[in-house]
Amino acid sequence: MRKSALVIAAPVGAFVLTVLVSTLALLAFGSNPAEAYGDMLGHASKLETQVDILNRATPFYLSAVAAAIGFRMNLFNIGVEGQYLVAFLFAAQIGGLISLPQVLHILVIMVVAMVVGSLYAGLAGILKTARGVNEVISTIMLNSIAVGGLLAWLQQEWQAEQGETFTSTTLGTEPIDDSGLLPTINGLLELVTRDVGQGKELTGMLLLAIVVGILYHVLLNRTRFGFDLRASGINPFAARAGGVPPKRMVLAAMMLSGAVAGLIGMVELADRGKFPPDPIQGLGFQGIAVALLGRNNPGGMAFAALLFAFLDVSSGVLDSSGAASREIAVIMQGVVLLTAVVAYGVANRLRERDEAREAAEALLVERAAVPA
Amino acid sequence: MTAAIELTGITKRFPGVVANDDVNLTVERGEIHAICGENGAGKSTLMKILYGMQAADEGTMKVNGEIVDFDSPTDAIDCGIGMVHQHFMLADHLTVLENVILGAEPTRAGGRLDFHGAEAHLREVAEEYGLTVDVHQMIETLEVGERQRVEIIKVLYRGAEILILDEPTAVLVPQEVEALFENMRELKAAGTTILFIDHKLDEVLEIADSITVLRHGKTVATMKNTGVTAHELAELMVGSELPTPTTTVSTVTDEVALELRGVTVLNEDGRAAARDIDLVIHKGEIVGIAGVEGNGQGALVDAVVGTAHVSSGTIELLGNDITHDSVRQRREAGIAYVPEDRHHEGLLLSSPLWENAALGHQTQMPYGSSWWINREGARRQTEAIREKFDVRTPNIDVAAHALSGGNQQKLIIGRELTSNPDVLIAAHPTRGIDVGAQAAVWDDIRAARRQGLATLLISADLDELIGLSDTIIVILRGEFVATLSPDEVTPRDLGAYMTGVAFQEEAS
Repeated sequence: MRKSALVIAAPVGAFVLTVLVSTLALLAFGSNPAEAYGDMLGHASKLETQVDILNRATPFYLSAVAAAIGFRMNLFNIGVEGQYLVAFLFAAQIGGLISLPQVLHILVIMVVAMVVGSLYAGLAGILKTARGVNEVISTIMLNSIAVGGLLAWLQQEWQAEQGETFTSTTLGTEPIDDSGLLPTINGLLELVTRDVGQGKELTGMLLLAIVVGILYHVLLNRTRFGFDLRASGINPFAARAGGVPPKRMVLAAMMLSGAVAGLIGMVELADRGKFPPDPIQGLGFQGIAVALLGRNNPGGMAFAALLFAFLDVSSGVLDSSGAASREIAVIMQGVVLLTAVVAYGVANRLRERDEAREAAEALLVERAAVPA
Repeated sequence: MTAAIELTGITKRFPGVVANDDVNLTVERGEIHAICGENGAGKSTLMKILYGMQAADEGTMKVNGEIVDFDSPTDAIDCGIGMVHQHFMLADHLTVLENVILGAEPTRAGGRLDFHGAEAHLREVAEEYGLTVDVHQMIETLEVGERQRVEIIKVLYRGAEILILDEPTAVLVPQEVEALFENMRELKAAGTTILFIDHKLDEVLEIADSITVLRHGKTVATMKNTGVTAHELAELMVGSELPTPTTTVSTVTDEVALELRGVTVLNEDGRAAARDIDLVIHKGEIVGIAGVEGNGQGALVDAVVGTAHVSSGTIELLGNDITHDSVRQRREAGIAYVPEDRHHEGLLLSSPLWENAALGHQTQMPYGSSWWINREGARRQTEAIREKFDVRTPNIDVAAHALSGGNQQKLIIGRELTSNPDVLIAAHPTRGIDVGAQAAVWDDIRAARRQGLATLLISADLDELIGLSDTIIVILRGEFVATLSPDEVTPRDLGAYMTGVAFQEEAS
């Protein structure tokens, strides 16, 4: 009874606190909170905005799953950012150079993205297992190498010839044939809703993200590998004594995390058909926040990804409606994360105490039942 | 003259165990007082209480005749008590001087450090107590003995008049022990009271003025160091009045289950933690390893379990060479392991019991296979373990941390024995659990032995070793030094072998 109450109390408490703090922030900046919230919610009730939110939530979710795979074994893969950008670039370049039938073309691009992401993450894994380099340090450095080194260099190397002018539409890698682009799923959405207007397109990656979420759940909770991974995260020494090879697990978790990270860029690739000169950055870091808020739980992270996407999209709305400054959305993302972490911590401690008391009571009852 | 320290009726309970039970201790001013006792006798707990790291449940403490009540080590330090821990707490990349003043930095106006003043005071202290040390040397360049001296100076610098040394000789080579004793005599001459923990009896007899012996959390004797022999002390330490957990009929067979030949394991420093170990355990046999903690038992266990690299020698399980097999391969081949510290190596404390039961056997039915975890199978097996090994728990979904130590241990014993292993490595299987759980664990091990289980038993509880083992081997400084029959050996003899006293007597 109390147990289930605690499960709900934490997120509800965090939500109430977030609204409270955001309201105070809005008031402090001289905005009308009711008007701002009204604008945000009113806009989000429109189908077109919902498509925007889903499109935004999809890469957030993939990024969160990538980070969560590491988190579950206490590996802090801060390098999702670099991994997805490098994977995105390679997948786009190779996808642009080949021409294959539709399904195969898409599949090759995805596999390239996953392999490249996985290999790039594997570098940090090898550094850790062979040399004991902390993965936080190495992945942060690999991020810099990815963005400042690899991307800067390869973007020039692989610049497709597209006429005289240099604009964001003509720059970038060789455009991929339509056969290599994941179709949108507006049709699927329109089965249950009305027609989507304003030229908004729901990314097909949404379906893949859902599949990734399900696989993540099955992997962690049903497979031997997932058991080993979680055991290593909870107590690496007990895991090792229980036959889990520590180094191999580090490498495997890192590469798996990188493989999922490789899929993040596929949302943008399907949209723009090439690696653009100005790819969206920061998704890797957003994923860490989403994983944290969603407690590495597949459902929790989906909710967190939607919330962050909603706030992201809302910031644009506030900007244009003038109800409040767009930064309020960033403040809310930060506050919700902070309050959630605290609330979960408190709920966890209460639950542990309850369990210990129950176990102690069970002991007493049993003792009392035995005649002296 | 009032005593420097007077403890009366100190009692400290932990869930499932009484660490200190009505302990009385009087330490006179200016004397060197040794506290002896086996591992788990309650020495460390007593020192932690005296140093304010833990609060006693009952009893009173007097320092220099005044009743004190410490909330933290800071209070103890204010009363002139200083402690040197077994594991040094020094920053390697700072100099001796910087380490000494760390946490008690003298400052001049404006918050700047007063290094000159500190150095002068440090030299004064060092001179007064006859401790030589180069104040500007980096800690990382110092030998172990010198580091210890820095720790002592650090405590004296803060004005300590009563010094607690926690097993100061454990980390030292013999020459360094001599130097330490020389320093201790100088300190005593300068009026310092020293309280030190040790279980190497020859050392105690050499340096102590008075000796207090603890056993099972109780003070069993306090005496002046005049005319006491090592044998008498050993007897007091291990006691002999307790009923032993006797194993009745021998079930030892001719079939070799585990064989080690010339196994050497190196520690991180490249020194041999276990050297040239030859060991044969037959089916149905329990071989007990006796030794003072830190004499290579850990390396031996790690070598057999597979968590340590064997630098030379071979290990065979039922005739198959497993020297280079992984932990998982060894577990699948029939090695079970009850680790020394159940929280460190035994359990996933935040995971439910059924996952804990699966740990180590997740690749084997009914828990799972190489690819999948069989939740139903694992849960059924856990219920069976709960039933058979009497694990007291509301259900198998509670997290392992909710159980008492004894029940956690029963779960571990249960999971290891339920897999029907050929060889069991049991390191301190009854450490820190209550008497009832202890008896249950003994029964379980004995029952498995009848079924043909070969057991390597490491224990600091000499009654347990003598009672359960078919053969007892003494390990000292990483080597097997004696093989004894439990029928003929007393805890007192065993204590003499473990501490090396027996060999000195033989030689003389």
